[in-house]
Amino acid sequence: MTGLLYALASFGVFALVAGVVLAIAQKVFHVDGDPMVEKIDALLPQTQCGQCGYPGCKPYSEAVASSQAEVNHCVPGGERVMLQIADLMGVEPKELEAEAAAPMLAFVREDECIGCTLCIKACPVDAIIGAPKQYHTVIADHCTGCTLCVEPCPVDCIDMLVKPELIEHWSWPLPDTKRAQQGHERRDHHASHA
Amino acid sequence: MPAMLRKIAQRLGMLQHSFTGGIHPDMHKVSADMPIEDCEIATLLVLPMKQHIGENCIPLVTVGDRVLRGQKIARSEGYLSVPVHAPTSGHVVKIEEHAIAHPSGMGLPSIFIESDGLDESDDSLDPISDWLNTEATVLRERARTCGLAGLGGAVFPTFVKLVQDKRFPVETVILNGIECEPWLTNDHRLMVEHAAEILEGMAIIKHMVGAGSGIVAIEDNKPDAVAAMRQALALRDDMEGVSVLALPTRYPQGSEKQLIYTLTGREVPAGKLPMHIGVLCQNVATTKALYDAVVLGRPLTERIVTVSGDALVKPANLRVRLGTPMRSLFARQGLEDLSGIQIVHGGPMMGERLKGPDVPVVKASTGLLAMSAEAMGEAHSVEQPCIRCGHCSEACPISLVPNLLADQCRSDQFEKAEQYDLFDCIECGACSYVCPSNIPLVHYFRYGKGQVALQRREQLFAEASRKRSEAHENRLLREKEEKAARRSRVRKTHAPKTDEAKAELVKGTASEPAVEEDK
Repeated sequence: MTGLLYALASFGVFALVAGVVLAIAQKVFHVDGDPMVEKIDALLPQTQCGQCGYPGCKPYSEAVASSQAEVNHCVPGGERVMLQIADLMGVEPKELEAEAAAPMLAFVREDECIGCTLCIKACPVDAIIGAPKQYHTVIADHCTGCTLCVEPCPVDCIDMLVKPELIEHWSWPLPDTKRAQQGHERRDHHASHA
Repeated sequence: MPAMLRKIAQRLGMLQHSFTGGIHPDMHKVSADMPIEDCEIATLLVLPMKQHIGENCIPLVTVGDRVLRGQKIARSEGYLSVPVHAPTSGHVVKIEEHAIAHPSGMGLPSIFIESDGLDESDDSLDPISDWLNTEATVLRERARTCGLAGLGGAVFPTFVKLVQDKRFPVETVILNGIECEPWLTNDHRLMVEHAAEILEGMAIIKHMVGAGSGIVAIEDNKPDAVAAMRQALALRDDMEGVSVLALPTRYPQGSEKQLIYTLTGREVPAGKLPMHIGVLCQNVATTKALYDAVVLGRPLTERIVTVSGDALVKPANLRVRLGTPMRSLFARQGLEDLSGIQIVHGGPMMGERLKGPDVPVVKASTGLLAMSAEAMGEAHSVEQPCIRCGHCSEACPISLVPNLLADQCRSDQFEKAEQYDLFDCIECGACSYVCPSNIPLVHYFRYGKGQVALQRREQLFAEASRKRSEAHENRLLREKEEKAARRSRVRKTHAPKTDEAKAELVKGTASEPAVEEDK
């Protein structure tokens, strides 16, 4: 009889200790927000272009994390980002709907700019500088090419130019051999059937 | 097994240290006995705004300006950069983008100078003949203003290396006269003809970094260069602790890290510089250029270029002004028609195939080779499957596993490739050379490195964009809140007072009507 009591008491104490530890752990290791959202957001190219149908990269990652959106809506991210998100979410990869265009850059024709600051307000990444009644200009290094500034401009003085290719950013293409192409295709094949 | 025995013997001091792997390609040093000739000055010289590793230069001249030889025409921007000088006297005719010696065939902003044939020099830089009593910082600044960059082909700004750092004192200065690339003989001829100047340059380097000992390393396929350097060394009495060593020929012995290991038995750790193990390595041509800069007060405006190749009947070693069009050098050596000929900039192992000959000679131009298709091995260049022979691993001077790395790069598994030390690859080409399946291994590595760099760049850009986007959102939110707060404040001040307040007001100033009540 006492043996049974000892057993019950010791398990009771153990359960109490474990409960306290768990309670503390919950407080200490508490994570704000959904970690999946952060992870998906980290994969996205952060152009904030809205081509996915959501007002930015963060909202899209929230939608994907809560399974409200498919993994294939990020146009500038292309296939690589789609595969990475599908991998993270543990879902089947899906064919991309739109082909990513060449990287673009907004350019303000300064002599036509009236200084209305509407584009500055529209730019999601603060890449346009200027002040009321002063010329505005785009910081080329910061522009993500999202085109969100084009629409609000009342005098249509913003052009989207193809981003110039820099020699410093040039990188070697895959060798021009059949095996190189085959190896590459095999990778794609595996990835889409993983 | 023999490799292991060799390692043990080296440890015991029975055998000289020597880097692992390596190959013995046919050397084709056909221009070895040809004295350096002065090349005629071209009528139009093109100076790209970057001829070194680092930041682009900014032009200091405008179209129509008259420039003199040695005049600074573009200033350096940022720390890792050296200026560009006019190679002869003449006028600036235009400043625009021009193709450079680069595998992409792309261009850089360049200054075009039309020579006036007078070749007048700008003598504003004073020669420093008493360099021994000159501060190292002054000499370092001289190396910088004279535009010196590593003339062995890597064109790393020289002044950066010529520094006395108390944490990493330099004990040994190594002069690299290895020239292990086939065909090239420019350093060879320089050592034969300018041994004394090179040694003076070495003495300047030793003085600048405070090094006690020095080694001039030359491969034993250049006995005349070894003899010339030894003779010049015997004539100097200030070079104690300096020796001229003839090393057994093996490619890629001229690679900095491999050479340092062979000479000192010390390995430069990955991601570190020779300085961190107390060694400074300079190419012989750079050392000669340092002599010119310090003792003669001459900026870098010319270099020795080996013009050779199996498609060229008249190979030569030429002293060429920077900016000279490569086409004119081939024409000078009797090769007018360049159709069907592959032009290689640098040596055949590490050099780049150019898309065309209409690019200027730059500081990196060690050699210019005109190669026929057969010599480039194009007839056999169909890539075959890897047969796991292991020759590439044996040839690799850094003990990588090239066939595995190539597989990883081919299938875009860059994380794995990085784990297998893709970025330690020096792209020497030994693996591609020995591969019986003609796998373009180095090309795969370059592709892999480029893709990783691209991904990193995109990641950094995305990270910066995210930060700015968040700041933008927060600002909008704050502005909204501020607006709301302002509005409620306004509403409060203009809203009718409560009964008590009104009563207070009436009590205090009974004669005055409550203004607020109207609203």
